[in-house]
Amino acid sequence: MGLALLCIIWLITFVSSYFFVAKDWWPHAISASAPLLDHQFRITFIAMGVVFLLAQLALGLFVWQYRDRGSQSKVAFSHGNTTLEALWTVLTAVLFIGLNLLGSPIWASERFRPADPGAVQIEASGLQFAWYFRYPGPDGKYGRTKPELIDASAGGEAAVGLDTSDPAAKDDLVTGTLVVPVNREIDFQLRAQDVIHSFFIPAMRFKQDAVPGLLIHMHVTPKETGNYEIACAELCGLGHYKMHAMMKVVSASEFDKWLATQEAEKQ
Amino acid sequence: MESSHTPHTAHGSTAAISHAHAAPTGFIRKYIFSLDHKVIGIQYYFLALTAVFIGMLLSLLMRIHLVWPGAHIPLLGDIKPETYLALLTMHGTIMVFFVLTTAPQGGFGNYFLPIQIGAPDMAFPVLNMLSFWTTFVSFMVMLAAFFVEGGAPIAGWTNYPTLSAIPAAGPGLGLGEDLWIVSIALFCGASLMGALNFITTTLDMRAKGMSLMRMPLTCWSWFITAILGLLAFGVLLAGGILLLMDRNLGTSFFVPGGLMVSGIAVKHSGGSPLLWQHLFWFFGHPEVYIAILPGMGVASQLLSTFSRKPIFGYRAMVYAMLGIGLLGFMVWGHHMFMSGMSPYSAFAFSLMTMAIGVPSAIKTFNWLGTLWKAKIRFTTPMLFAIGFVSLFVSGGLSGPFLAQPALDIPLHDTYFVVGHFHLIMGVAAIFGIFGATYYWFPKMFGRMMNRNMGVVHFVFTFIGAYAIFMPMHYLGMAGNPRRYSQFTELAYLQHLIPVHKFITYAAIITIGAQFIFLANFFWSMFKGQKAPDNPWEATTLEWTAATPPPHDNFGGVTPVVYHGPYDYSVPGAAKDYIMQNDPATVSAH
Repeated sequence: MGLALLCIIWLITFVSSYFFVAKDWWPHAISASAPLLDHQFRITFIAMGVVFLLAQLALGLFVWQYRDRGSQSKVAFSHGNTTLEALWTVLTAVLFIGLNLLGSPIWASERFRPADPGAVQIEASGLQFAWYFRYPGPDGKYGRTKPELIDASAGGEAAVGLDTSDPAAKDDLVTGTLVVPVNREIDFQLRAQDVIHSFFIPAMRFKQDAVPGLLIHMHVTPKETGNYEIACAELCGLGHYKMHAMMKVVSASEFDKWLATQEAEKQ
Repeated sequence: MESSHTPHTAHGSTAAISHAHAAPTGFIRKYIFSLDHKVIGIQYYFLALTAVFIGMLLSLLMRIHLVWPGAHIPLLGDIKPETYLALLTMHGTIMVFFVLTTAPQGGFGNYFLPIQIGAPDMAFPVLNMLSFWTTFVSFMVMLAAFFVEGGAPIAGWTNYPTLSAIPAAGPGLGLGEDLWIVSIALFCGASLMGALNFITTTLDMRAKGMSLMRMPLTCWSWFITAILGLLAFGVLLAGGILLLMDRNLGTSFFVPGGLMVSGIAVKHSGGSPLLWQHLFWFFGHPEVYIAILPGMGVASQLLSTFSRKPIFGYRAMVYAMLGIGLLGFMVWGHHMFMSGMSPYSAFAFSLMTMAIGVPSAIKTFNWLGTLWKAKIRFTTPMLFAIGFVSLFVSGGLSGPFLAQPALDIPLHDTYFVVGHFHLIMGVAAIFGIFGATYYWFPKMFGRMMNRNMGVVHFVFTFIGAYAIFMPMHYLGMAGNPRRYSQFTELAYLQHLIPVHKFITYAAIITIGAQFIFLANFFWSMFKGQKAPDNPWEATTLEWTAATPPPHDNFGGVTPVVYHGPYDYSVPGAAKDYIMQNDPATVSAH
């Protein structure tokens, strides 16, 4: 039984570890902060992986090595070992606190400083079950929105409740696809109109809840052009699984051209 | 046993007198509205056993729907997205409250805490009975949510407003949601009653010689769990009442103004959805430890008993559990890194969360230290205790990923989290429950459980649990969000569907294996081999009692304790174990 247990525990350990590294599970990373974050994941993975292997292998080994072998077995009568206990307490404390400190700057870099003044302003609105994106237009100001004007089924401007009587709203663009320029910071303003949603772009390693009653600002910088999916990561009702949108990262010139075309169509 | 008649201590005699209620004779007082902690413990256990099979079958339907969304289920028909969310909500709620909170504490704690500390019953038998029956009513109210108009709620076991606060936000958010809240409020009340009883019993009802530091680690774990329950359930109760008022009385604790839901303007204003998250997780994180601490106690007890060795570092184990309990109240914000709360507070919550890794690691090392140079007997309960350690390590080590706010950005609300918490608070805790069942079954029902069936059950469940939950970590890294009823809509999820299929197959096999346990349980109850009083050659007081124990547990005598709980293989002793109440041998302490 001891040998069988050893085999089972070791097999589980090796197979689990193998599939962690056999395939690069992460989506291709395209934001400025993603490499830092992936690096921190790798460091944590190595540290935890070593502890995982040592603990599981020792467990498997011990249950086989110290199985009841009748009179051959000599039990070491011991209530513990203070030196050992102090040692592993300090070691784990250093390991865990160290990891924490190492990862903190990544969190701080996106959150403790405001977005660049020149960042692209985009508002992302979540509602059951779609994302809408609003660009403030040439005036750089978001127009007024009113909850009573919201008509989700109409889509577009009506979906975010844009008050077209407000002069600042005249040049606001509302789209269902997020178009952003590459290598420029995006200053997202997140809103939710009914329940909590979560704005999740796996390729950007970006996630932030959109909460009713709160305006949340987050900034990120895409570094590669292409099309990337946006999901909802907070349970928002029966259509949660299909609440998604596309993000198109385009070159700066294409972005300007796209904006101009959209504005022209609107006028 | 002459020593048993030595005079009681002052508080011991008071306790003995106030609890000298005569054994009931009628069926109703004996088995239904019983005051006997053993009967109440078994009632709790059967409630949890019913709940775990319901919760498990719900998860089976979920797994089938996830990979074959168009499948037609016999008797149930097609599973719609909202049905999936109702299954998800009820699976989580039933498992967390009516299984993981109920079986280890209400079940085994009720049955064995008084016996292990040498008491004739719990401190407040009537409160104990009331606590069980309130839990029972709570369970019935919860199940009723399936059958009302609109069906069971779809807001998840975390029940976040504003989804949970506004009936128009989806199906199941009408009467079903109200029933959910009422059920949870009742459950909180029952848990508070139970917690008071456990704390008082542990502090006031210990037999002579049973100092706190001679208590089995199981008793410590139930004691600390009760303290956590006392501090945590009150907060959830308050949150539930506020939510019920928001829904039915027009208050706005959790709902801000200016919302438009399904084309209807919401009339609330001024509330905050984050308030619920703070209240919920102030309860919810300690709840994780409420589920797992008794498992730690049981694992310690079993590892020491079947290693034939004292537990490695008894005091460190006690302090580690106290440390986990204390820190457990300071980390709720790690569930909210993405919620929109201040990013500065994430630092504090993260640091505290990483700090919990320290006492958790101490426990793991000490379990390994207990196995070191041991003489291991591979009984069925021991297999589950070893499995517990393995699962505790695996489930625990994914914690430090999620505890770092930066890494939580991609991993939050993905299958990585689902894999993490299922391994640690789901499967590890269930292994504690299985270990306890195989270990104490002989004392509870007077017969041994079948070993061969037990071994088969262990092998399938152990490998199966890993096969189900380990791949979920890979899915989470790939960005697979949780709580999706199907993965058909997002292109980047398509290549993950084979992994989901594998998980579903593993779940079907593992769930099937649980019927081996059920068969073993009921077969052994009636046909199992008769159990001696101390089949495992263990040291703690329950093994000195008759099998099954009489109404007052020790047949009119009060035990006196001379030894610590884990005196195995003491050099110079006649046998390789010394019972806690054995006056003949000098203690090694």
